[in-house]
Amino acid sequence: MMRELTYTQALGEALAEEMRRDERVFVMGLDVGPYGGAFGVTQGLYDMFPGRVLDMPISEAGYVGAAVGAALTGCRPVVELQYSDWITIASDQLVNQAANMRYMFGGTCSVPMVLRAPVGGYLSAAAQHSHMFESWFGFVPGLKVVLPATPYDAKGLLKAAIRDDNPVIFFEHKQLYKVKGPVPEEDYIVPLGKADIKRAGKDVTIVTYSYMVDFSLRAAEQLAIDGIDVEVVDLRTISPLDEETILESVRKTNRLVAVQETWRPFGVVAEVSAIVAEKAVDYLDAPIKRVASKFAPVPFSPNLERYVLPSVDDIVAAVKETVGS
Amino acid sequence: MELSHEKMITMYRQMLRIRYFEDRVSKLFAEGVLPGFVHLYLGEEAVAVGVCSALNDDDYITSTHRGHGHIIAKGGKLDRAMAELYGKKTGYNKGKGGSMHMAHTELGILGANGIVGGGIPIATGAGLSAKMRGTKQVAVAFFGDGGSNQGTFHESINLASAFDLPVIYVCENNLYGVGTRQSKVRKVEHIADRAVGYAIPGVIVDGNDVLAVYRAANEAVERARRGEGPTLIECKTYRWHTHFEGEPDTYRTKEEVAEWKAKEPIGRFEVYLTTEKIATAQELESIRREVMDELEAAVKFAETSPEPELHEALEDVYA
Repeated sequence: MMRELTYTQALGEALAEEMRRDERVFVMGLDVGPYGGAFGVTQGLYDMFPGRVLDMPISEAGYVGAAVGAALTGCRPVVELQYSDWITIASDQLVNQAANMRYMFGGTCSVPMVLRAPVGGYLSAAAQHSHMFESWFGFVPGLKVVLPATPYDAKGLLKAAIRDDNPVIFFEHKQLYKVKGPVPEEDYIVPLGKADIKRAGKDVTIVTYSYMVDFSLRAAEQLAIDGIDVEVVDLRTISPLDEETILESVRKTNRLVAVQETWRPFGVVAEVSAIVAEKAVDYLDAPIKRVASKFAPVPFSPNLERYVLPSVDDIVAAVKETVGS
Repeated sequence: MELSHEKMITMYRQMLRIRYFEDRVSKLFAEGVLPGFVHLYLGEEAVAVGVCSALNDDDYITSTHRGHGHIIAKGGKLDRAMAELYGKKTGYNKGKGGSMHMAHTELGILGANGIVGGGIPIATGAGLSAKMRGTKQVAVAFFGDGGSNQGTFHESINLASAFDLPVIYVCENNLYGVGTRQSKVRKVEHIADRAVGYAIPGVIVDGNDVLAVYRAANEAVERARRGEGPTLIECKTYRWHTHFEGEPDTYRTKEEVAEWKAKEPIGRFEVYLTTEKIATAQELESIRREVMDELEAAVKFAETSPEPELHEALEDVYA
């Protein structure tokens, strides 16, 4: 049975189902208890699972590190970070500890934890509540990095992340929490590391993820009016990265526009572009284009924020340049 | 809490295993046999042994970059530990972790740590996990005076205190963070006094007296197992060598080093064992010989063990 759920509800359902399925799963974070989470994701869980939904002090290095220790010793913690910007405070525990442990310990352990964290701008929250640092973590061996774009993917990917034996960073876009979409009632997972073609097309490939999937689909609709048939590839997971789907699409359309919300340098779009340049350059009929945020912290003033962050129009313009019209 | 004679003899043997191991590591490093760098535990043996003697096999510890002593005290084998320092395939971590990351989760050893203060939240999480799973396990976080200035120390103790977690925070105060005398960068004299701020017991103990350390640890462990929460134990001790092997000793006086060597924990314990007629001098001598044999076998094991194969460099990244 398919129903319409919001992204928030889909995530909450994934948590409840996994907690019911596996008693090792528990939830910890700031305001995740009776408050229900800053964005409402953990609403109701506190009463449903007594003793398994833990309100944490505001102490990111401490409680993310505690999740690492808990994961190492037989639990499967799901940590909520209220805003992903604060991931910097907990980075040692993620990068030096969680990501390296299995390797440093010679494969004798695993760290099955999920860190959920809201990302993204377009809400005038300024530079400490708007940023996206996924490129930093996609860079680190041992971590997996997930950014779902729809309620269906949010639920299926979160369930897959919880069942995964590695540390997974799960970035949820704040603009998507209220978005509704079809979500099956039956148990399903969306595998980590598998991209999804959100719109099939033959003239140009847009590779993107998270909220920019929505922007790209809107751009594709506009471009369709001009007779440009856009394929939108949603990466869903940036680490592991589904190179095959990217390359397959580019070999079909012969054009690539790579779109991300965060800054351009050293980012996911840089990586996607490099992979295509290395492995499919002979298929390209036009130079690769990248769409990303301008290189400044996200500003507060709405008109400045609109200027700095990518827009649907930016994507439309990039596609048009690629097809030479 | 009456310690059996047998247990005290085991504690003596464990301290010796650390001492001989570290002495040899120092020599092997000076000879250029061991890669990387090593931070030795010489002089602090009573802390690891006193604390770990109060633990069960399935309890957890996290350690520091000065971790060999903790690993041996928690049941680590000298041969596999030595092989890890050689970077060999037979080491505890297949040669991928080395001195600063040695771990063996089956022995409850959740890793030495190259990040000062990095292991403290992990031990806290192990305590949280024990509580969530409803076991009676406890977790010990070993860290130094330097680690006690990290945010992770304060965040972890606050969390453990608020949740009554079964965690024992063991500070090995050896006076120096690398080459900086800690009194220059910390106003409070006793690190244990910081426990007041978290409403938990803060205990100061002579870190060169293995029985005193054991008694303090045992009380903290019992309290933790009863569900009454964490304890902070500060062990006053001293590292005989510099921060890492090969570093020039420019920041301490010879007198200070000599003074602390005079308070060394193993000789002190030998006097106790013989005066209290727990063991004769001959018995202690035969234990020393046994440990020396064990060490020789460990070095031989490490030397003759195979190198890891190159393909292994790309294994164990993901589960």
